[in-house]
Amino acid sequence: MYSDKLIDHFRNPRNMGRMENPDGIGKVGNPVCGDVMYLYIKIKDNKIDDIKFETFGCAAAIGTSSVITEMAKGKTLDEALKITKKDVVDAVGGLPPIKMHCSVLAADALRAAIEDYRKKKGSGNDKPKDS
Amino acid sequence: MRRVYMDHAATTPVDPRVMEAMKPFFSEKYGNPSSLYSFAQEAKKAMEEAREKIADLINSSSSEVIFTSGGTESDNLAIKGVAFANKKKGKHIITSSIEHHAVLHPCEWLEKMGFEVTYLPVDNKGFVSVDKLEEEIRNDTILISIMHANNEIGTIEPIEEIGKIAKERGIYFHTDAVQTVGKIPVDVEKMNVDLLTISGHKMYGPKGVGALYVRKGTKITPLIHGGGHERNLRSGTENVSGIVGFGKAAELAAREMDKEAKRLVKLRDRLIEGALKIENSWLNGPRKRRLPNNVNIGFKFIEGESLILELDFSGIYANTGSACSSKSLKPSHVLTAIGLRPEETHGSLRFTLGKQNSDEDVDYVLEVLPNVVERLRRISPFKKDFGEYEEALAKEQSHKH
Repeated sequence: MYSDKLIDHFRNPRNMGRMENPDGIGKVGNPVCGDVMYLYIKIKDNKIDDIKFETFGCAAAIGTSSVITEMAKGKTLDEALKITKKDVVDAVGGLPPIKMHCSVLAADALRAAIEDYRKKKGSGNDKPKDS
Repeated sequence: MRRVYMDHAATTPVDPRVMEAMKPFFSEKYGNPSSLYSFAQEAKKAMEEAREKIADLINSSSSEVIFTSGGTESDNLAIKGVAFANKKKGKHIITSSIEHHAVLHPCEWLEKMGFEVTYLPVDNKGFVSVDKLEEEIRNDTILISIMHANNEIGTIEPIEEIGKIAKERGIYFHTDAVQTVGKIPVDVEKMNVDLLTISGHKMYGPKGVGALYVRKGTKITPLIHGGGHERNLRSGTENVSGIVGFGKAAELAAREMDKEAKRLVKLRDRLIEGALKIENSWLNGPRKRRLPNNVNIGFKFIEGESLILELDFSGIYANTGSACSSKSLKPSHVLTAIGLRPEETHGSLRFTLGKQNSDEDVDYVLEVLPNVVERLRRISPFKKDFGEYEEALAKEQSHKH
């Protein structure tokens, strides 16, 4: 059902855990639906300097959370915002159709964390959002 | 690595003695039981012996046992067959909200065909209320279908009482006994049932064979028409090898199930006690009147599919009624019906024990399980409660009731 890559991320999640004093938090999903992702970011020089996640959900939810932290780390905020759900799916070596929403959730969590950071910081210090 | 199969409610391995009994019927005694010459009559004779063994196991007469392709077909035949044959008498059917989909979906389909179905609620242990059932009976009620025991949470329903009411009111009564036949005593006379579903592969027989007990005189119409096999109720050349294996499984169960049930109850209770030592866990289903082999534990803050996969890595094969593991993303209708909050239905884990499980297997599961739950809780954002979601969740819950 799952690719080896996804299973690897599920069994050995990267950047997992809570972050103290993050610069931005993205919280998406709902326990009612069975998946919730918290994504924490620390920003330095407009780049994602550190990133961590906590996820309640299935293996696909945990695996995609883990993989997106690896993809986003070190990227500028604008670069990170360009990560799409398709990029996430590709990075975990594909997902079963019924699990596609997990990749959406991961991409949304990253976006939400960046927006949270920008909101806290005030939009003046940053480039305006292009959307 | 140790391998522990604890998903016997899903399917069981074929007992080696069953396999041995089946072997001659593939390429030696392969005759068609409908043929008249002596060679084919060997197959016929073996099939009729199997029918008797199954009849003995449920205390019926062998002419009341109809062979089918399995539990799902038997449920379909019972429900649709009785509904169509009795539609002039009425169009109302009563069932429960925790039936297997092989009962629920035929009922839903019948609703589209103009029948009316009442889905009885259950209490927080999964029991159907006999009083409530009686209240729902109408003049045009033609069929009651209540499962003998629930496949997810192991609740054994008050079938004898329901059967008595159905009999008094002259309403046909079907029970899906897929999880009980061969595991606990089943007696169609005591239970007052008119129709009873059995599956071969849930009792150490082969897959692809089952039976429907149909009490003599029951008005029922077939779903599969053809050569008129099985007293005209199920056409198609019989699955002789499967039927022979099914019969052997019934013979073995009749001899061995009492002892086995006692053994399983001990393993079950030890597994329940051990698993409940894990924080924020609870038992789904009742303590008493529970299937001897069923354990269903809920764990807060983690999700069932992750649990299944984690256990799989340690060689433990368990199951869940939860969303993500199955083909649909909907939470288990059974866990929802017993009043679990949606976020709680996701973290439930079912172990169903069987013949080859030992005390050592239970020890192994109890050694692995706490670590697995611990690891997933480290990943989860929720540690003590559902945090900011609590209020919304509570609100959702109060809306439901």
